[in-house]
Amino acid sequence: MPHLYLIAQLAGRTVAIDSDQVESVVDIGEVTQVPLASQHVRGLAALRSRVVTVVDTHTALGLDSSREARRAVITHVEGHHYALLVDALDDVAPFELLPLAGGVALGAAWQRAGRGIVERDGEPILAIDLAALVPGLSAGLN
Amino acid sequence: MDDLIQEFIAETRETLEALSGEIVAWEAQPDDRARLDAIFRFVHTVKGSCGFLDLPRLGRLSHAAEDVLAQVREGLRSPDRLLVNAVLAIVDRIGELVEAIDSGTSLPDQGDELLIGALAEGAAEVAQANIPGLHRAPARSVRLNVDLLDRMMSGMSDMVLARNELARRLRGGDVDPTIEAALERLSLTVGEMRDTVTRTRMQKIDALFSALPRMVRDTAAGLGKSVLLNVEGSDVELDREMIEMMRDPLVHIIRNSIDHGIEAPVERRAAGKRENGRLTVSARQSGNQIIIEISDDGRGIDTEKLIRKLVANGRDEAKLRGLSERAKLELVFEPGLSSKDVVSEVSGRGVGMDIVRASIEQIGGRVDLDSIPGKGLKLAIHVPLTLSIISAIVVGAGGQRFAISRQAIEEIVTDQGEAIRIDTIGGAQVLSVRGRRMPLLNLCEVLGLTRAVHNGPRMISIVNIGEGSYALAADMVLDNEELVIKPASPAVMSTGVYAGQTLPDSGLPMLLLDCAGIAHVAGLDFSRDDDHVEDEAIAEAELGMPALLFIDLDGARRAVPLAAVDRVEQVDGDSVRFAAGRRRVTIDGRILPLAAQGDIAGRARLNVLRLKDGANEVSYAIDEALDIILLPEELVPAREPGPIAGVALIDGEQVELLDILWVFDEHADRESEEHAPLCLIAGDKDGWMASFVRPLLETAGYRVATQLAPGETPAVVLSADEVPIALAPKAPVVRLRNRRAAAGASDDSVYRYDRAGLLSALEARMAGKGR
Repeated sequence: MPHLYLIAQLAGRTVAIDSDQVESVVDIGEVTQVPLASQHVRGLAALRSRVVTVVDTHTALGLDSSREARRAVITHVEGHHYALLVDALDDVAPFELLPLAGGVALGAAWQRAGRGIVERDGEPILAIDLAALVPGLSAGLN
Repeated sequence: MDDLIQEFIAETRETLEALSGEIVAWEAQPDDRARLDAIFRFVHTVKGSCGFLDLPRLGRLSHAAEDVLAQVREGLRSPDRLLVNAVLAIVDRIGELVEAIDSGTSLPDQGDELLIGALAEGAAEVAQANIPGLHRAPARSVRLNVDLLDRMMSGMSDMVLARNELARRLRGGDVDPTIEAALERLSLTVGEMRDTVTRTRMQKIDALFSALPRMVRDTAAGLGKSVLLNVEGSDVELDREMIEMMRDPLVHIIRNSIDHGIEAPVERRAAGKRENGRLTVSARQSGNQIIIEISDDGRGIDTEKLIRKLVANGRDEAKLRGLSERAKLELVFEPGLSSKDVVSEVSGRGVGMDIVRASIEQIGGRVDLDSIPGKGLKLAIHVPLTLSIISAIVVGAGGQRFAISRQAIEEIVTDQGEAIRIDTIGGAQVLSVRGRRMPLLNLCEVLGLTRAVHNGPRMISIVNIGEGSYALAADMVLDNEELVIKPASPAVMSTGVYAGQTLPDSGLPMLLLDCAGIAHVAGLDFSRDDDHVEDEAIAEAELGMPALLFIDLDGARRAVPLAAVDRVEQVDGDSVRFAAGRRRVTIDGRILPLAAQGDIAGRARLNVLRLKDGANEVSYAIDEALDIILLPEELVPAREPGPIAGVALIDGEQVELLDILWVFDEHADRESEEHAPLCLIAGDKDGWMASFVRPLLETAGYRVATQLAPGETPAVVLSADEVPIALAPKAPVVRLRNRRAAAGASDDSVYRYDRAGLLSALEARMAGKGR
């Protein structure tokens, strides 16, 4: 059963995000810093009248921070809105979710977020769970 | 009261609707405990509300049904068919009566006794006769989905942001005045609209507290006790949903306090306490919670008695005795428990407490108990702060803005103030201000921010977090705003220093600081000076009015009530002139009368107190302002009227108190007429009206008296809020209220700062047009 996925560039990799998790895609404006918060939290941004917590997906995946990223995917997890920064967005298309091939070690951070793969023109793309990148949640990386 | 009755009707009607299923199920299965509890809760709530709303018939019915149901709960009676029918007949009758109240019709009451009689064991069944001719009055309120309201609110905020954006764009270029006018109108409408929309979701906690004084009085009177109620923090605004959910628990707790906690006067005297019990209800925001505290000075919880009672109910004694003190206190929340031997009209059997805890936990809150046997009980309800409007101070630190709840701030000082001293003790900074010493934290350091470069003085807020006070230094204080606070995401909250987030009109999110959390993160520990703080609080409560201490021109130390001082200003010596028959000073482009005791001539600069009483402003020249002090209650009055009202002892020194009334009377620019209408000020307990309203009335051409001379008749009487006018002669009365909003359509009082409204009300009443 094919399902709609958003194909994005994240930390130099191509990833697939379940469209059910995506509320919208926006460019983030000015960000208010949150001192003392974990470094995965870039800060707070206003999305019209809503305040969203901006998540630096690079650090959440254990990579160097991406200061220049502005584009973000808005997702809603446990009653709060988060903006997860992505490098670029490629495509929205229906794909079939396939299990990860046996024996593939994704690396710690990716492992937690990975949910399977989708195949685009023969290229395998890691499907990730956005909620796993949100810090401070039980399933998160905090 | 009408509002409360309407609310009661709506609530009862709703519960009845929800309950109808339970009733049928209970009928089919009378031993179902959950159903029994639901019906029991219903009649208990109705009983509680009835006593308060003065609906004796409903009260009698529900009390009778509650008695029987309690017996069933305790296993003293079995719920046979007759009993079930009798209870249901009463529930039905309650429903009918409520409809009758709503539609304003009356219902013959001879059936009530029959219904109550049918509850007795072995009574014959009564057939419930349907009473025709009842019709529901059309509802005057609508119930909306909270989700819809939320969408409306966020739509509103979007609108405000769009308006701000538009205004910003227009500010730059040359704009047609007509467009500007249109924008102005839009702004005004948007602002008003926002207030209205916010009101649909939020409510001052005052809505919960305003009914308390009456309830406490009636409850106490019914029990032959006397209780002084003190309500604090009633201007916190909360989610309406939350307020509704807290209403019943609060009522239960207060009733329990008065009934079980506070002793009868004789007993109190014997225990060496004041005859009047004290009950304090306060609301404050702390971190991401709202805490409602109910404390009394009664006998506390008798855990021994609780255990005995539970053992009598068949619980294992050894196990109960083995519990920790805290766990023993918690036994008060056990269902079906009575900590009192005599069932009273007021609170029944302590059943409230299990229900109280259940309903508070339902909204994600918790109840803390702190009982000192013989001294009193403090009960704190913690509820999560989902959405609230908080009056906040906006501070700048490290180039960023943060909000601090105003309620937490005692005062704000600068680090260059004269009365301020900052020392470093070991690794900590300590601030001393007027004899108080407290830890000083630097907001930038706590948050790990670099201090913004600027040359001005640092602003230090003195923050009270309940267990103690500390000083928090920020780079600057920017603003004072009402903010809609929402909870922040877990990633932000886990830092422990924020209470929530908000989106001010600037469109840039801002964080609300959690002062208690900051103290915790910085490692401040107040547990050591608990006792000390309590002493100080009592001492402060017993001292009187705050006043400004100064050195007068003639070298005397004098004080003036702080409420009358608008500000202290420095003026050039040559801005003082003797003009038009008196000394006057020019300040801010205005000419003000200048009062002085001493020599002004020859001074290059002059400190001037600007005293304000509403309509009038008078300046008073002084040598130097010294300090803010609390005036003791004991004041030796002056021998004759004049600039000095009396003398008080402050730190062992005699300090003269300036007579504000005399200063205004002598120096304010106004005339008084011989045959002016006489206005009597009644019920002016705190002297507020005499000091502030009087001058306004006098400028408007009234003669004002606080007491009538023999033979005098006032043309109109001005009375304070809710003060019964015992001494009112046959004269029209205008009431002043403390709150801005009227209590309802029938409320004809005038907001006490509404000067124009007051004067027109006085005129209208005197002309006989008013009620």
